[in-house]
Amino acid sequence: MGDSLTRLLFLSDYNTRVVVAGTLLFGAGAGLVGTFLLLRRRALLTDALAHATLPGIVLAFMLFAALEGGGKRLPILLVGAALSALVGMLAVVLIRRFSRLADDAALGIVLSVFFGLGMALLGMATRMETGHAAGLSSFIYGKTASMLLFDAVLIGVVALAVVLGCLLLYKEFTLLCFDSDYAAAQGWPVLLLDILLMFLVVTVTVIGLSAVGLILVVAMLVIPPSAARFWTHRLSRTLMISAAVGALSGGLGAGASALAQDLPAGAIIVLVAAALFGFSLLFGTERGLVKRAREAARLRRRIEEQHLLRAVYELLEGGKLGSAPNFPDYPLMFPPSTPKLGADPNFPGQEGVPISALLEARSWHPRQLRRAMRRATGRGLIAVLPGDACTLTTEGWNEARRVVRNHRLWELFLITHADIAPAQVDRDADRIEHVLDPDMIRKLEALLPAQTAGIPASAHELAGRGGAS
Amino acid sequence: MNAAVPLHISDLTVAYHRKPVLWDVNIALPEGKLVGLVGPNGSGKSTLLKSVLGLVPRSSGRILVYGKPATRNRALVGYVPQRETVDWDFPVSALDVVVMGLYREIGWCVPVRRRQKEKALAALETVGLAEYAHRQISQLSGGQQQRVFLARALVQDARLYLMDEPFAGVDAATEQAIIALLLELRAAGRTVLVVHHDIQTVPTYFDHVVLLNMRVVAQGPTEDVFTEENLRRTYGGKLTLLSDAAEALARRGAQRG
Repeated sequence: MGDSLTRLLFLSDYNTRVVVAGTLLFGAGAGLVGTFLLLRRRALLTDALAHATLPGIVLAFMLFAALEGGGKRLPILLVGAALSALVGMLAVVLIRRFSRLADDAALGIVLSVFFGLGMALLGMATRMETGHAAGLSSFIYGKTASMLLFDAVLIGVVALAVVLGCLLLYKEFTLLCFDSDYAAAQGWPVLLLDILLMFLVVTVTVIGLSAVGLILVVAMLVIPPSAARFWTHRLSRTLMISAAVGALSGGLGAGASALAQDLPAGAIIVLVAAALFGFSLLFGTERGLVKRAREAARLRRRIEEQHLLRAVYELLEGGKLGSAPNFPDYPLMFPPSTPKLGADPNFPGQEGVPISALLEARSWHPRQLRRAMRRATGRGLIAVLPGDACTLTTEGWNEARRVVRNHRLWELFLITHADIAPAQVDRDADRIEHVLDPDMIRKLEALLPAQTAGIPASAHELAGRGGAS
Repeated sequence: MNAAVPLHISDLTVAYHRKPVLWDVNIALPEGKLVGLVGPNGSGKSTLLKSVLGLVPRSSGRILVYGKPATRNRALVGYVPQRETVDWDFPVSALDVVVMGLYREIGWCVPVRRRQKEKALAALETVGLAEYAHRQISQLSGGQQQRVFLARALVQDARLYLMDEPFAGVDAATEQAIIALLLELRAAGRTVLVVHHDIQTVPTYFDHVVLLNMRVVAQGPTEDVFTEENLRRTYGGKLTLLSDAAEALARRGAQRG
């Protein structure tokens, strides 16, 4: 075992090296074609095609076994597989054309009937005198160990041709998958392009049979591009990542299968691909779950912080200091040497606001409020005062003014331009103002020319105002 | 035929599953005009555009673009499909989509080059989206997506534009941008046929209208044709008779065959 492990790791065995290289190239080809296949929404069709190859493989074997006495030559079997897949595709098209069955029903019928036919033929083939038909079952589950050197080279060469085809038709396939109607309107032969794409799909499926097996081969067309979408929004990168995932799974799976002869290569390849998919799902830099959860948490924290600042500000404004003449236009900037607004005798928030009042100002949980306060204190935005009260620091004051201003601009916009009842405004403004970018704020200012300077008054009754005024 | 007529449709009939959608349609568009194509839902407006582009099989009729069969003069026709027809989650940028308008000019198997990208960028600038060129299309607003589609048609520098409901579900900024663009196209002598839903704005936007409900009810300069009487004939109840008759015909045909 240890010896075979070193042999595998260093790929010192020429045969293993070629088999791994062939499967690796197959994986890359499948990743590329699969990306277009997925974007064209034809993944299920491929599964039906893969299953439809079995009768062709067995028939080709039987025919050549009868003619020559030994029919297990890969190229012949693959030609049989391809022809059979084409018949399967034709059957799908015909069923769709002449019945009112939905696509998935037509695919289900073809998939199961062709596979059943193949299994029946396989049973007959194993009873033929000339046959060594037992090896045919490796096309169902995949087995790289039984791959001959010549087979591996054949697979690699055909896979390379598929890769080349995808690169040459990159532009055409992109248009086909994105907007086939527009492609047709521009005069592109959409049917021909579809046929070319399906031809590449069938080719890659057929060469994948001996490595992955016909049951699992669809996984190599679907999983790598699905994994790639978590990492990028660009098609060229999707293709590259998809090809890399396919190649890695193919290479690793074939290697593992060569190491332990009884490990089914197809299963290993698919499991490696699945592991890479799972990793992408979690850690993908564009759509990974971790990234999305982080962003959601960051937004939630930002919203909480802004709610807190606005609540403090509005309590100061509406509550005990509503009558302070200089309140809304209290200067924005302090000399940087002034650490806390509380130190300035003119600051309206000298005494701060009691935390109990804050708790009443919004429908938040005490724990939520404490968490928001802790974070805002840590960021130097609010300062806790003795007697269970808090007030804004200089930075907090500036930030609160900005937040409140955005909030009220947005509210005003909704009221003046979207005919929303003022009573319903606060909640809508809450959701959107937190993601307002400077560009949007400039637009709001332009739409509300009367409001460009200072902070507009709140459009509705403030929660804390009732008691003081 | 007359090579100066941007679009000349004669005796066009289109049927889906034996159900007629367009019935004996005759249209001739004047050059250099903004033409509104107006009619109720299901009156065959989109089908009319699609049959010009050869996207739906036609039962009979002839369609000429500048005097030649439409399918042989495709380069002269720019198409803006309905926004909902594509998957906006597709992994391409706004610029990539606009470059698609140049694919025919680039030709088979040749990659997109810098010159074409610059052209596409200029088109994006015309519709006010230059700064969004490299955004993935799902990150654009509905109105911006519509403008990307417009830019894709513009970049082709066609002489006849067919637009399928470009004003549907767009924001005010996009509506203004589209109108400015239409006026610019007209000033450059282009002809634009726009499927339009909002009857209120037809007189302000279009010089010429075609009122369609399975057949052409009326066509001509807006001030002559866009009358209450014609609208009533387009949207009114009388035409249900025609479609009922057609449906009965289709049913009988289906029972027999």
